Amino acid sequence: MLRGATAVFRRELAGYFSTPVAYVFIVIFLILAGVFTFQIGGLYERGQADLQPFFAFHPWLYLFLVPALAMRLWAEEHKSGTIELLMTLPLSRAGAIMGKFMAAWAFAGAALALTFPVWVTVNVLGSPDNGAILAGYVGSFLMAGAVLALGSCASAGTKSQVIAFIITAVLVLGFLLAGFSPVVDFFRGWAPPSVVDAIASFSFLTRFEGMSKGVIDARDVAFFATLMGVCLAMNAIILEAKRA
Amino acid sequence: MPETLVRLDALTKRYGSSRTAGILAVDHISFEVAPGEVLGFLGPNGAGKSTTMKMVTGYLPPTSGTAHVCGLDVTRDPIGVKERVGYLPEGSPLYAEMTPLQFLRFVADVRGLKGAAAKAAIDSAVARTHLEGVLHQTIDTLSKGFKRRVGLAQAIVHTPRVLILDEPTDGLDPNQKHEVRQLIRAMAREGGEAGKAIILSTHILEEVEAVCTRAVIIAKGRIVADERPAALMARSRYHNAVSLALCPPAGTMIFDELRKIPGVREVEDHGTDQTKDGVQVRCTVIPKKGSLIAPEISHLIKARSWQVDTMRVESGRLDDVFRDLTTDKA
Ligand SMILES: Nc1ncnc2c1ncn2[C@@H]1O[C@H](COP(=O)(O)OP(=O)(O)OP(=O)(O)O)[C@@H](O)[C@H]1O
Ligand SMILES: [Mg+2]
Repeated sequence: MLRGATAVFRRELAGYFSTPVAYVFIVIFLILAGVFTFQIGGLYERGQADLQPFFAFHPWLYLFLVPALAMRLWAEEHKSGTIELLMTLPLSRAGAIMGKFMAAWAFAGAALALTFPVWVTVNVLGSPDNGAILAGYVGSFLMAGAVLALGSCASAGTKSQVIAFIITAVLVLGFLLAGFSPVVDFFRGWAPPSVVDAIASFSFLTRFEGMSKGVIDARDVAFFATLMGVCLAMNAIILEAKRA
Repeated sequence: MPETLVRLDALTKRYGSSRTAGILAVDHISFEVAPGEVLGFLGPNGAGKSTTMKMVTGYLPPTSGTAHVCGLDVTRDPIGVKERVGYLPEGSPLYAEMTPLQFLRFVADVRGLKGAAAKAAIDSAVARTHLEGVLHQTIDTLSKGFKRRVGLAQAIVHTPRVLILDEPTDGLDPNQKHEVRQLIRAMAREGGEAGKAIILSTHILEEVEAVCTRAVIIAKGRIVADERPAALMARSRYHNAVSLALCPPAGTMIFDELRKIPGVREVEDHGTDQTKDGVQVRCTVIPKKGSLIAPEISHLIKARSWQVDTMRVESGRLDDVFRDLTTDKA
């Protein structure tokens, strides 16, 4: 089923680390995470030993940064024609898709892991609930996976990395705004409550909020997992349709 | 009956939706390729060569018909076919940011070669394509000739029984072309009955004479000829024609004399040149179909004591045959 996934995974992951783009990405990610957490979020000033301000900005950080990790995945294969090379190697389409997706997700995970100084800081300053922090990290990682799956899917449909980036960012924005209070209030003004709830249930913000506070709800995990599954299945359909 | 390695059964491809009729790029193409054969796949631009190859290698699904490689049906077991085929896509796309070594390791990895077996396979492919000097240089920075060799190395790393090469020498300089042809010839000779089947597409007709044991010409998605290159040449009006450069005494009507020889169809005048021996006349004497006129011509020349600078019997011109076969087809 997933034949060729590990070989593709290895190639893609090595690809991330062989370009300066990856290091630039990590540096920007860490700087922004730091600025948001300490400056804007006021981690020190709150006088509370947790990572609330740190996680609160992740959805917005992912809106611009994570799509950049996924845009290359398939668009570059279409553009350079290597898709023909890849797809005439003895691997399954699902294997290629998973290999690429997992490499991007692993890279995002590595970037996330490199924020550990923030965690060290709160542990030095006080005694936080490390279980809750772990839940936040899990939630953030899941959300990154969902964004990457959306991005991989968008990337499969175009030769242009820029277009893939824009489509992904717009989709992610949609998923964020679905739970943003001004938007929710706007819908509440005229739409029936069931519709409002349905829209809000697709929100990365509300899904992530619980986890960032330390509550891992199986429904939230299932939401992100389902979204990833659907996107990657769509990814396969788009590749098949583009073939001819 | 010798085993066949590749078999195309009424392979057909229509691009575009069925509602809008689309472009019929490949129209019921069937042929078989046996071990040891090097099949030259010829046709004008847009004839459907690349499309055919993409279907045989499992990249594109056929609209109808199918292809078998080593007995496996590409529409039923595409991965099995891909395992057994080495493929150089048109233009030789490569992962530009990798080095040849990283790239070949990736291909070996996907093809299930591990450890020492992978190393041996890569070393052998590298040696055959003379890539030793550039193994650690980014593919992006390699010359076209080296890029093409990386593409070839990738296609042979698993020592496939079937090689499908889409314009392997396109865009290379004459030396590189020669190298690639030598490599193809060398691979074709290996193994005898258990040897490889090689299909290569090209626009260069001399390449067909140089490396192919058989030529299939297609036009508008259909086969218009399938024979040995020599047989193809025999179709040429220049087959067994005689090209002459001679200096007859002034006033001789040599064209009239040549035309009188039985078996001569016509004489092509290539003009005259002033040389130190007088006026040199150049022409090509074209025989009627199936006639051998060289002996009569040399007889005539001897009898008249004309001074001959060159006399050459032509084997035929493939580009001529190619043009005849691939144009004005209704
Ligand atoms: N993806 C595609 N979508 C629509 N039409 C296509 C596609 N690819 C090829 N064609 C058309 O199919 C026909 C055959 O193309 P193909 O590339 O197979 O020809 P070819 O013999 O390889 O030509 P060349 O010598 O130029 O490489 C052409 O008319 C081409 O325009
Ligand atoms: Mg072509």
